[in-house]
Amino acid sequence: MRFIFKTSYEQDLTLFGDRVQRNWYVALLVGLLGLPWLLPAYLTDLSLVLIYGLCGLSLMVLAGYTGLVSLGHAAFLGIGAYAHVYFVQDVGLPWIVAVALATALTAAAGVLVGSPALRMTGVYLTIATLAFALVIQEVFTRWDRVTHGLKGRPVDKPVIFGVSFATDAAFYFLCLGFLIGGLWLTRNLLRAPTGRAWVAIRDSEIAAQSMGVNLAVYKTMAFSYSAGLMGLAGALFAHKIGFLAPDIFGVLFSIQFLLMVVVGGLGSLHGAVFGAVFVALLPVVISQARDSVPAWIGAVVSVLGSGAGTAAFRTTDRLVKQPGLEPGIFGLILVLFILFEPLGIYGRWVKLKVYFSTFPLYKRATFKRQRAYMRSERLR
Amino acid sequence: MTFFRAEGLRINFGGVQALDDVSFEVAPGQVFTIIGPNGAGKTTIFNLVSRIYEPSHGRLVFCDEDITQVPPHEIARRGIARTFQNIELFEHATVLQNLLLGRHAHARSRFLAELLFLPRVRAREIAHREAAEKVIEFLELQPYRDRLIANLPYGIRKVVELARALCTEPKLLLLDEPSSGLSVEETEDMAFWIQDIRSLLDITVLMVEHDMSLVSAVSDRVLALNYGRTIAQGTAREVQEQPDVVKAYLGG
Repeated sequence: MRFIFKTSYEQDLTLFGDRVQRNWYVALLVGLLGLPWLLPAYLTDLSLVLIYGLCGLSLMVLAGYTGLVSLGHAAFLGIGAYAHVYFVQDVGLPWIVAVALATALTAAAGVLVGSPALRMTGVYLTIATLAFALVIQEVFTRWDRVTHGLKGRPVDKPVIFGVSFATDAAFYFLCLGFLIGGLWLTRNLLRAPTGRAWVAIRDSEIAAQSMGVNLAVYKTMAFSYSAGLMGLAGALFAHKIGFLAPDIFGVLFSIQFLLMVVVGGLGSLHGAVFGAVFVALLPVVISQARDSVPAWIGAVVSVLGSGAGTAAFRTTDRLVKQPGLEPGIFGLILVLFILFEPLGIYGRWVKLKVYFSTFPLYKRATFKRQRAYMRSERLR
Repeated sequence: MTFFRAEGLRINFGGVQALDDVSFEVAPGQVFTIIGPNGAGKTTIFNLVSRIYEPSHGRLVFCDEDITQVPPHEIARRGIARTFQNIELFEHATVLQNLLLGRHAHARSRFLAELLFLPRVRAREIAHREAAEKVIEFLELQPYRDRLIANLPYGIRKVVELARALCTEPKLLLLDEPSSGLSVEETEDMAFWIQDIRSLLDITVLMVEHDMSLVSAVSDRVLALNYGRTIAQGTAREVQEQPDVVKAYLGG
């Protein structure tokens, strides 16, 4: 087990815990930079992981750190996507300017949703955001001039400062850059007074207020920052899918984002990324398994005789080709996570690390919650 | 000059008159204690002072200014900090983060500067940390800095909450039952700390407390409440000898 010996306050303000940890992150970055050559066939899926990473980051700030659960984040993604495409293709603005404008516009939309939502807490807020998402989806359908309505609108490949990002590898690097930037900015906020105020609001509004946190200001800020990140992700997402239609930005998409932060682990930036990897890659894994699993099972069972092998192949093949398998597996995994690992993938990751760093002395009780103490009477 | 004065406070929740015409004045440097049986309205006074409740009548004056209309998040900035009866710490944060949030009333950083973590944000963070470290040393919390609140025992949480309130550098400190749930030994420590807070840090203390040994040990003045009305005021001994107070506690 490593003990970090601290000799200055600066050490608690670093981006990464210490030099060893930083080196791990550098190694990870090198790995990510080399990925296009290692897995060329999966590049579009990997870009989607990175874009979902931004989405997870956005909802993590709101739900994981500020404690405001939103079911309307797909709407922010849509606003960002449509605004970006409109600015680039109809107005003819340079790509970077369009992204910045789309982000700012979505952040402003976040303020608009956030400020009436301040008077609501818990499930009422969630319902309000859901209603907002439905309204926005309707706007996407009806506002023909900008969104081209149900016909949908095709999206060109990004061209930045005259450089085309048309290849999958180039687009992957673009997304990687934005995700790292987003992570860096968010981490900065979280280690500054704003981030602490968010966490304080999440854990006890009443105490936060008594310590001088202006609830209205910080909640609006969280909403707006979260929406802004979503807008940025939307701009990239538009290029990723190449064709925008209103029905993409539905409620199921919002639920998928929520699933991402819960499965990843609420209240950690790692969790946002883990969740994104999970949600973006699970369909890929499932579709791979669909093709290969029946053949494997057939091959294994054919030891008993070729007739049995063919029968086993047919049965499993019919089973995995059932429609609705994917959402079913998604739901099953979500239920299992909530039952066995409420802290998500990140929680499991931390436990693994502690297990190995304290190796023969790991206690299962380390992560058992102590008894919870009574909290003050709720004041409103 | 008035340091802190409550004038004719009244508040009712539905048909219950929680406070009925309560007035008192706290002089700077005092430890002023409010006692009374359960439901007497003690914590309600605290919630009025920290502006969580709206009084139906009456006025609160702090440092010659009327604070009856000040928004709740401004109260800390004016120099009033509080603790809670049942501990309202930020459970999924470390002790240090809790204390640094106590510095929020002094945070002046702007969003964009924080987004980029500019050198001035860093410098302010270090300054806040130094202020928090002074409190850590004062209350001997060194071993717990990086521990999550959720993993701390009750007695330590009580001290952390006191520490968080001290981090705001208050002029007036409201302590809501500082000894509830503490062992005899921890209560004695608490009594010493309250005396030190008054004499070393020059902070006036307004306290709600049940433990009469703690009350007599530290209080300069005591106010006794029953059913939202003042029944006695004076030194700890004077109040304890009042027949009304004995009756309120023992019945009859």
